Amino acid sequence: MKVHEYQAKELFKQYGIPVPRGKVAETPEEAKKIAEELGGNLFVVKAQVHAGGRGKAGGVKLAKSVDEVYEIAKKMIGMKLVTHQTGPEGKLVRKVLVEEGLNIEKEFYVGMVIDRQTECPVIMVSSEGGVEIEEVAKKSPEKILKAFVDPALGIMPFYARKLAFGLGFTGDTLKKAVHFITALYKLFIEKDASLAEINPLVLTKEGDLIALDAKINFDDNALYRHPEIAELRDIHEEDPLEVEASKYDLNYIKLDGNIGCMVNGAGLAMATMDIIKLYGGEPANFLDVGGAANAERVKNAFRILLSDPNVKAVFINIFGGIVRCDRVAEGVTKAASELEVKVPMVVRLEGTNRDEAMEILKNSGLSFILADSMADGAEKAVKAAKGEL
Amino acid sequence: MSILVNKDTRVVVQGITGKEGTFHAKQCIEYGTKIVAGVTPGKGGQMWEGKVPVYNTVAEAVEKEGANASLIFVPPAFAADAIAEAADAGCEVIVAITEGIPALDMMKVKRAIRDKGCRLIGPNCPGIITPEECKMGIMPGYIFKRGPVGVISRSGTLTYEAVWQCTTRGIGQSTCIGIGGDPIIGSRFIDLLKLFKDDPETEVVVLIGEIGGTAEEEAAEYIKKEFNKPVVAFIAGRTAPPGRRMGHAGAIIAGGKGTAAEKMAALREAGVHVVESPAEIGETVAKVLGK
Repeated sequence: MKVHEYQAKELFKQYGIPVPRGKVAETPEEAKKIAEELGGNLFVVKAQVHAGGRGKAGGVKLAKSVDEVYEIAKKMIGMKLVTHQTGPEGKLVRKVLVEEGLNIEKEFYVGMVIDRQTECPVIMVSSEGGVEIEEVAKKSPEKILKAFVDPALGIMPFYARKLAFGLGFTGDTLKKAVHFITALYKLFIEKDASLAEINPLVLTKEGDLIALDAKINFDDNALYRHPEIAELRDIHEEDPLEVEASKYDLNYIKLDGNIGCMVNGAGLAMATMDIIKLYGGEPANFLDVGGAANAERVKNAFRILLSDPNVKAVFINIFGGIVRCDRVAEGVTKAASELEVKVPMVVRLEGTNRDEAMEILKNSGLSFILADSMADGAEKAVKAAKGEL
Repeated sequence: MSILVNKDTRVVVQGITGKEGTFHAKQCIEYGTKIVAGVTPGKGGQMWEGKVPVYNTVAEAVEKEGANASLIFVPPAFAADAIAEAADAGCEVIVAITEGIPALDMMKVKRAIRDKGCRLIGPNCPGIITPEECKMGIMPGYIFKRGPVGVISRSGTLTYEAVWQCTTRGIGQSTCIGIGGDPIIGSRFIDLLKLFKDDPETEVVVLIGEIGGTAEEEAAEYIKKEFNKPVVAFIAGRTAPPGRRMGHAGAIIAGGKGTAAEKMAALREAGVHVVESPAEIGETVAKVLGK
């Protein structure tokens, strides 16, 4: 689960990680008031959307007065921010974070993830802050320092020291950096984060280390034990169809194509998307109806994938294992007749009670296009979407 | 032969009295698996379905029934504890079916059990099957047939698809393992390839990977250096957009890494028969076997 920058910064504060003074605003009036409270003559207004690349897209602006904060906030709130991560449709800005401006001496990068290869938390730092870290990793990997933390030991001071010395810190700043890294680790582990990124971490001219930006993702599987984190979910930031699907425990991801897919199992669902593409089509979605593809789930899945107006054909690919194909066929038939599906439906069922299932589909009075195999189904679905079948 | 489980494997089912546990334990018994005990803390002393003794702890099941493998169906919040308990009790093979275990729990428990001499399969997986001998998992038993193909897969239903393509061509399997779709799993491709290498019955291995992580690349490196049997591979998720989690917690292209193209290239470079289409797995295996 993703959270907004302002929410991440609230968490940082709870763990003693320094962040700029500031508050979130939903109207330009609020933004102005926050700036007045902050005082001074340099402010930053930052669009709060779940996407990176905000700076380049015009979602982060400097202001030299409270009136300028008001003007920027007025333009930003309600605008569609298009970054390299949002897609061409962009994301609606509903809130802005208003912060004090800082006197920046130097920018750094700090990140943390669970490394899948070593199965340890890894903390990464770099003196190349404020830029695309993936570019740094590609061009000059030696500029990224890493500490693989033994999960049994936890964050021993030496890990943090190693990184802080590596960044060239000394004296008081070194202490601050060690504190910063240690606190970030604690937050990550205690709240079951899956990714934390501070880019940039800044050293101010006054000698303070402050998280200028803050990004944290949390492990969805662990949200049950962190209700305070689960509360931070902002469904406005998610695709409405995906939100709807999650209500029924359906795993749905909207894509740009026109062939709606309904499959059981994530691996088979991905493979189905792949084979559609191999036959020259484009999948409209990823949809895993899960192991228990009963009538109710099938119906909800159908409804959700058909509410995407781009869908010109549907491909149902189910490998009935424990789930019996005849049950799936009953569900599909019921859902298709109740929802009055207008687009062609290609069905491929394999596994337990396949023949009975095919009979049910044939006798349903609905015009299903039956397929013998995954390849056959994909080929037919691609043709159907082009209106050639 | 086969790997990890066979007709002598004595299985304890953790969470046997739950809905999932009950349903699948019955299916396993029907297949011929020796389910010798169940464990549900607080329900020790009961007889499950009138035939399998239930214990409070795995240690008791090991001691009294000679269980040497555990099949876990407990809910995600208690699954790490269940895995650690099975390892502590001396189970040699532990299969965790449970989906949705927090990554940090798996990180801790995997480290904790590494010196226990056990092999963990999963979590979030369909389990393991040695056809006609032992089914420790939730896969439909009838699609399997005994033969020379070893299968290792990150996915569930896609494994069934691949196995079915083989079985319907008359090609059976030695052992099939679903290793699970999570970022941190008990056994990776490479761990199981090592076992298949020494199994005389296994003549060819089918490897089914997914986007995300670098387990397939590691496997490719191992295959190139040390694996002496032909491998047929398919990687799911060529069309998946970066940054979107495709159902499995592990299936995500992050920071430009873990794409299907990279994995396929690494495997090809290692001499693996990489198929473009998931529909070609069975026929490729047949070709490799000269059938």
